[in-house]
Amino acid sequence: MAKRIDVSGLTAYYGTHKAIEDISMTVEPRSVTAFIGPSGCGKSTFLRTLNRMHEVTPGGRVEGKVMLDDENLYGSGVDPVSVRRTVGMVFQRPNPFPTMSIFENVAAGLKLNGSYRKSELEAIVEKSLKGANLWNEVKDRLNKPGAGLSGGQQQRLCIARAIAVEPDVLLMDEPCSALDPISTLAIEDLIGELKERFTIVIVTHNMQQAARVSDRTAFFNLAGVGQPGKLIEIDETERIFSNPSVQATEDYISGRFG
Amino acid sequence: MSNAVVDKGAHRASSLKQARLPRWTPYALVVGSAAVGAGIGTALGMGSPFQMGLIAALVFIIASYILGAVVEGGRQARDRLATSLVWVCFLLAVIPLLSLLWETIDRGRTVLDGYFLGHSMEGVQTILPGGGAYHAIIGTLEQVGLATLIAVPIGLLTAIYLVEYGRGQLAKAVTFFVDVMTGIPSIVAGLFILSFWIIILDFGYSGFAGAMALAILMMPIVVRSTEEMLKLVPDELREASLALGVPKWRTILKVVLPTAIGGITTGVMLAVARIAGESAPIVLLVFGATGINNNPFEGAQSSLPYYIYEQWQLGNDASFNRAWAAALVLIAFVMILNLVARGIARWKAPKSGR
Repeated sequence: MAKRIDVSGLTAYYGTHKAIEDISMTVEPRSVTAFIGPSGCGKSTFLRTLNRMHEVTPGGRVEGKVMLDDENLYGSGVDPVSVRRTVGMVFQRPNPFPTMSIFENVAAGLKLNGSYRKSELEAIVEKSLKGANLWNEVKDRLNKPGAGLSGGQQQRLCIARAIAVEPDVLLMDEPCSALDPISTLAIEDLIGELKERFTIVIVTHNMQQAARVSDRTAFFNLAGVGQPGKLIEIDETERIFSNPSVQATEDYISGRFG
Repeated sequence: MSNAVVDKGAHRASSLKQARLPRWTPYALVVGSAAVGAGIGTALGMGSPFQMGLIAALVFIIASYILGAVVEGGRQARDRLATSLVWVCFLLAVIPLLSLLWETIDRGRTVLDGYFLGHSMEGVQTILPGGGAYHAIIGTLEQVGLATLIAVPIGLLTAIYLVEYGRGQLAKAVTFFVDVMTGIPSIVAGLFILSFWIIILDFGYSGFAGAMALAILMMPIVVRSTEEMLKLVPDELREASLALGVPKWRTILKVVLPTAIGGITTGVMLAVARIAGESAPIVLLVFGATGINNNPFEGAQSSLPYYIYEQWQLGNDASFNRAWAAALVLIAFVMILNLVARGIARWKAPKSGR
């Protein structure tokens, strides 16, 4: 059940520091949207406001509206815990739970949220691991610790863990930046498959990756150090990389940024 | 490269190489300085091997430095000086420990047997051999157990509050008071319980009163060690769990605590070891008994540290022997606890699976 995200007038703070200012955009369901931009321009912060992880950071605060289909994530009475069940997240560094086995890692989101029968869990774990293209590599050692896998396998394990709870949206914060090119390719292929079922938002520093995997691309920038990050433009990926409407975007993607 | 340069290079050896002392130098220096130490000691008529050892250590440090400076140059000499200092300090720290252990085992084993472990001092003439520490062992186990039951839940929850929830003034105040509690002398904790529990509330002497004082001593240690262990859990794990839609309390219970449980257990065991040797609160609150009292909530009990003190005060050979045996039991108890803690820490440590 992929859902559309509609952000309007979103501003996020760390304490008194304004990290991003007045961002409005629409993220289409069943598509991949990539966020690009220089370091510190607020891509990750913006991503984290989309599942209310921003407020986990001490001092984190958000103003504005994020509509998930017709529900405002920041409306009164909205429980951040249920938001995060609907909008999953994969982090920059693979972070499997070190005390849990591969099986328990994938089942963690379900087990920690309710009770499931063992056969039910087994079916979901298998489906999620297959969905993350990891099943064939780990099916014989599901009871081994998740931390024993390679970096790329760990990241796919984290993706399996995130899709096991059947979210509507999957947020990925530079999911390949700690991985080698082969693992990166595996994850990119996976993203192509996952977009059939989920709305995917991916932050990346790798422009080729954005061009390869995304349908739409958003470019973020900041006026200077200490200034809040802003959305410069969002458009079809092809247009952003061939004929962007803003000069700054062209400078950035052609490497003439300075 | 011209011939002249090659010739020069051969003359100076390569610029990356320099004269090194052979690898066995430190061992030879140890033997040599030990001989010199013994020689000087004998010449000056010193009887104590410890004095000779100190001279040998001094000779060893100076000799490694001078030899290094002459053969290898300044930086290597300072490296040798630091290395030998570290080794000498390590030995100086270990010698008293080994000597204490040796002395206790040597003197304690004379009367330590099944009879000693299984009998109390009830009806034993204190100047005669016989009797045992069963009542003291029971007392120690019960008092330390009760203190652990009181201190561990409070300490654990305080640490969780400080690391996971505490912000602002209240957290600062709690941290401050935990620091203050760390410095409370055991006799003061004992006096506090004495005035509150026994004088004001008018309860009698009991193992439980002693356990409360021990809990006061134990709590800050548990808080501190647990706090450090929880801080070591990476934030990424908390975020990973929260991002799966797991509520914060379940994240703490199912992800944070299991990841840190090895270190937390070690901390608790060390705290237990620390209070197991306390005697001051026991003297004030448990009063000491010669017979077996299995009920920690009623009447006087004994405990191992108290028993050692009591037997030492009696001042005859039989009681000295019993004191040493009890000391050996206490050390063994603490050592077993530490081994158990290490075992749990290893068993529960996050696995790499490789």
